[in-house]
Amino acid sequence: MDSERIDQIIDKYQGEASSLIQILLEIQSENRWLPKEALMRVSEKLQVPMTRVQHIATFYKAFSTVPKGRHEVHVCVGTACHVRGARRVLDKVQEVTGIQPGETDSDLRFSLETVNCLGCCALGPVVEIDGKAHGKMSPSETAHVLNGYE
Amino acid sequence: MERIKSLAELEELRKSILAQRDPHKRCVTICSGSACHASASQRVAESIEEEITRQGLGAELEVRRTGCHGFCERGPIVVLHPEGICYLQVKPEDAPEIISAVKENKVLDRMLYTDYATGGKIAHEAEIPFYKNQQRVLFGANSNIDPKSIDDYLAIGGYAALAKVLFQMTPEEVVQEIKKSNLRGRGGAGFPTGVKWEGSRNAPGDIRYVIVNADEGDPGAYMDRSLLEGNPHSVLEGLTIGAYAIGAHEGYIYVRQEYPLAVENVGIAIKQAEEYGFLGENILGSGFDFAVKVHRGAGAFVCGESSALMTALEGKAGEPRPKYIRSNVKGLWERPTVLNNVETWANVPLIINKGADWFTQFGTERSKGTKIFSLVGKIANTGLVEVPMGITLRDIVYKIGGGIPGGKKFKAVQTGGPSGGCLPEALLDLEVGYDELTRAGSMMGSGGMIVMDEDTCMVDIARYFLNFLADESCGKCVPCREGIRQMLKILTNITEGNGKEGDIELLQELCEVAKEASLCALGTSAPNPVLSTLKYFRDEYEAHIKEKRCPALSCKGLIAYYIDPDKCQACMICARNCPSEAIIGGRNRIHVIDQERCTKCGTCLEVCPGRFGAVRKISGEPVPPPLPEEKRTIVRKAKEVGVS
Amino acid sequence: MSKILLNIDGRDVEAKEGATILQAAQSAGIGIPTLCHHEKLEPYGACRLCTVEAETRGTTRLVAACLYPVEQKLVVRTRSEKVDRIRKMILELLLCHAPNSRELQALADEYGADKGRFEKEASFCVNCGLCVRYCAEVKKKNAVGFVGRGARREISFVPEIAARECKTCKECFPLCPTEALQAAYVLADALSCFSPSSALGLKG
Repeated sequence: MDSERIDQIIDKYQGEASSLIQILLEIQSENRWLPKEALMRVSEKLQVPMTRVQHIATFYKAFSTVPKGRHEVHVCVGTACHVRGARRVLDKVQEVTGIQPGETDSDLRFSLETVNCLGCCALGPVVEIDGKAHGKMSPSETAHVLNGYE
Repeated sequence: MERIKSLAELEELRKSILAQRDPHKRCVTICSGSACHASASQRVAESIEEEITRQGLGAELEVRRTGCHGFCERGPIVVLHPEGICYLQVKPEDAPEIISAVKENKVLDRMLYTDYATGGKIAHEAEIPFYKNQQRVLFGANSNIDPKSIDDYLAIGGYAALAKVLFQMTPEEVVQEIKKSNLRGRGGAGFPTGVKWEGSRNAPGDIRYVIVNADEGDPGAYMDRSLLEGNPHSVLEGLTIGAYAIGAHEGYIYVRQEYPLAVENVGIAIKQAEEYGFLGENILGSGFDFAVKVHRGAGAFVCGESSALMTALEGKAGEPRPKYIRSNVKGLWERPTVLNNVETWANVPLIINKGADWFTQFGTERSKGTKIFSLVGKIANTGLVEVPMGITLRDIVYKIGGGIPGGKKFKAVQTGGPSGGCLPEALLDLEVGYDELTRAGSMMGSGGMIVMDEDTCMVDIARYFLNFLADESCGKCVPCREGIRQMLKILTNITEGNGKEGDIELLQELCEVAKEASLCALGTSAPNPVLSTLKYFRDEYEAHIKEKRCPALSCKGLIAYYIDPDKCQACMICARNCPSEAIIGGRNRIHVIDQERCTKCGTCLEVCPGRFGAVRKISGEPVPPPLPEEKRTIVRKAKEVGVS
Repeated sequence: MSKILLNIDGRDVEAKEGATILQAAQSAGIGIPTLCHHEKLEPYGACRLCTVEAETRGTTRLVAACLYPVEQKLVVRTRSEKVDRIRKMILELLLCHAPNSRELQALADEYGADKGRFEKEASFCVNCGLCVRYCAEVKKKNAVGFVGRGARREISFVPEIAARECKTCKECFPLCPTEALQAAYVLADALSCFSPSSALGLKG
C-alpha cells in the first residue's frame, strides 16, 4: 500500500491522533494487513509515538502485522457454539488447513482465527469463511466446504 | 427534506406519514437480523418481492425487511400483517406458495409453529408460547419497522419522547424521572442509571460526553446487536435525551467492528436523524445542540469495560483505568462522561413516554423493567427473549425456551458471560434480578443465558471461560494476567487428566487474589466461572482429579470410545467413517477400536445406526480388553429368528 | 488546598488534598511495598503490591495505595491477613518469571513467598512498565513500548529509535527489577536486526 493512500485515509480523519484506531482499521481492511512502513507513516503523520502505534497494532485482534491469506476462516467458539461442539469443528479445520488460530498457511490460502460469538447461536457450530456464515457445521461438512476454496 | 424546527412541525410530519399508510393494507415482514441473514433471509426477501411483482400484487401487498424478531432457532421468519400470521423456517422457494396463500386468504399449515405437546398448529405470532410468555415492550418494535427507515420509526411514535423532553421538561426533571424509574444499567453491573446521570450533571466542567457501549463482547450474547441493527433510532433517541439531561453536546457510539450490519444501520440512522433535525444544531428548534460519532472497536473484549472503552476512544490501547474517581465525574478526556449500554439507552424513550410509574410495574423490588436475554445453548427455542425482571429461570428455560432438546437432562444455566457463573437445577426457581443473581454466585451481565445439559462438563466450562479471559486480559496488572494464566494451566491439566491433590485449593487462592486485587472488573470477576462451578459442581472437579473421570463424558483426555460387542452388528459404517482408520473389523466381524489410534473425534458414536447404539463412551475405568480374534464372528440376531 | 486527616495503621496522618495513600504513608514514614512505582513517574497501579485495606463510611475495600486519593477520616490498614496473603501470592506469581530479582527476593522473605511455587515461566519480564514509562515520561524518546495483550504482553524496543538513542542512555537498565536482564536483552535483540555487533554499543 503506497503512502499516498495511507495519507488519504489519515486526512479523512483530519489527522486526529484519537482516530488512530479507526485509521488503522481502514488500512487493515484495504491492505489486509499492517506493514511496518504503514505504521511508521501513521506515527509520523499523526505525531504519535511509534510505541503507541505498535502497542495498538498488537493489542487488538482486528489487526495483523503479517500478511493474511486469501480466505479468512473464522470458527466461532462462543459459549453457545462451544456447548454444541465447536471444538471438534476447530480440530477438523486445523487438520485440513494445517494451521492454528492466528496463523496463515505458507501458500497464503487460508488465515484461521477463532471468534467469540457471531450472534448466530441458533445455528451453532458456526464457521464464517470470507464473511459468509455457515451454520450447523459438522467436522466432515466443514472439511468438505473448505476444500472448495482455492 | 427540511429540518423540523418545532414540536408542531414534528406532529405535522408524523400525521402526514400515518395518513399515507393504510393500517389495513397487508404487509409481509421478513426478519433480516444477522442471524436470519446467515440462514439466507435476504434471498427469502428477494424471492418474496419478486413473487409479488410477478403476481402483480404490488399495490395491495407491502414488503418490509425488519430487524431481528428474536425466534432465531426458527428463522427465517415471515409475518403477515395485520393478521399476525407467522411462518417459520421459510425458504426462498416457498415464496410463490406464500404469496398465493395471502392472495387467497389461506394459511399454509406446514410452515406454522407446531406445539410439541399437543401437535397442534399455531398460526398467530402472539399465541406462540415463545412470544406469548415474553414482555416485548422494547424488542417488539423490531418486528414492525424497517431499521433503515426513519419514517417507520416515526409512524410508531418515535421521537415523541425527545420532543417531550426538549419542550416540556427541564434537564433536572429528566434525571429525576430516570431515577424514579429505578432503571439500572443493562450492560452488566446494574448501576442505577439516574444516579449515574445525576453525578455527571453535578460534576464540575463545561464539556460532557455521553457514550453508547455497543461492544457486547460476552460470547453468546447478541441482544445489543439486534437492538442496534433492528431499531437504531430508539438508541439514538435515548442517547439524545440523556445528553440533554446531563448537558452533553457530543456523543459516541462504540460498536464492535464484528457487527458490520449494526455499524451500517446506525450510520444510516444518524444521517437520517441529522437530516430531519433530531441531531445536530438546534434540535427541533429547541436550541439544544448534539452530535454523534460512530467509533468502531478493533477486537478486544476488555474494551467493553467502561474505562477501557474510553481509553480506546482516545486512540490508545484499551487498558482500563482505576475507578477510584468515577468516570461520570472524570471519564473521557478526564471530563464527566455518562456511558451506558445499548439496552439501557433504548429504555429511556419508553420511560419518558410512558412514565416511571409504568416502568416500575414490572420487576422485583430492586430490579425494575424488562431485560432482553440471549437464550442459547442446549435449548429448544434458541433466540432473544424479553422478560420482566422477577420471572423465574424455570419459566425462561421451559415455558419460553421449550426445554432441553434430545430428551437430555438440564444441568446448568450460565448467566453474565465470562464474568458470571453457572447455576444448577436446584436454583431454577430463582427470580431473575441483579441482586438475586449476584447472591447466587453469578451476575446479570449483559444478558447472555446459556443452557447446559448432562453432556456438558462443568470443569471444561470453567476452563473455557478462563481461556477466553486469558486471551482478552489487557495484561497490565499482575493478579489478572498472572492469576488467570496459572488458573488456566491448572484447569487444563485437570481436564486432560493431569489434575492433582491441592489443585482445587490453589485455584481458590488464585481466585482470591484476582477477585480482590485486580485493576478492573475483568480481573475481579474472572474467578466467577471457577468459583460458581466449584460451589455447585465440586463433585465433577473431584472426579476429574481423584478418579480421572469426566462425569459428562466430555473431556477428551479422560474418555475412551468403546464398541459394545453385544450390540455391534458389523455394519462397517463406523469403520468406513473413522478418520484415523482406528476401527478393526469386517463383514460379520465384531468391530474393535484400536485405542492407540483413536483420536476421540466421536464420529463412530455419531454414525452408528440408532437401532444398534453399539458405541459408548467410557471414563474413569479401563476399557474392557477386546474380544480375542476367534470370538469376533457375528451371529446375526435378526436372521436368527428364522425366515418363513 | 485543604488538609486531609486520615488514619494509617492506627496513626493519625495529615495529608494534602489530592495526595495518594502511598504519598501520605511515605510522608509519615510508614512503609508500603511497591514494584511498579517510581517517584519520577505517574503512578501506574499495575503490580498491586501496594494493595491496602481502606475503610470509609463503614465499608472496607482493597485498593492500590499508589493511586487511591486520600479522604477525610479514611482508615487504612497496610497489613492484615488478607493483604499479606495477596502480597504473598503476587510475589509468587512474579517470582516464577524472575526468581533472582533482588527486589522480589527481599519482599519474598518478608511475606514468606515461595519462589518455586509456580513453574518457571520463559520470560523474565514482570511487566512493571518502568522502562517504558521512564523513556516516555522522563526521556520523552519512546524508544521502548509494550506490545501484545494479556499473557503475551511484553516490552519491545523500536530498533530505529533505539539505534539512535539507547547507546548513550541506558538509564532504564537500573530501573528494571529483573536486574536489567530483560531490558538489556530485549534491546540487544531489537538492534541485532541492524548488525550483530551494533548491539549495546559494541564496535560497529
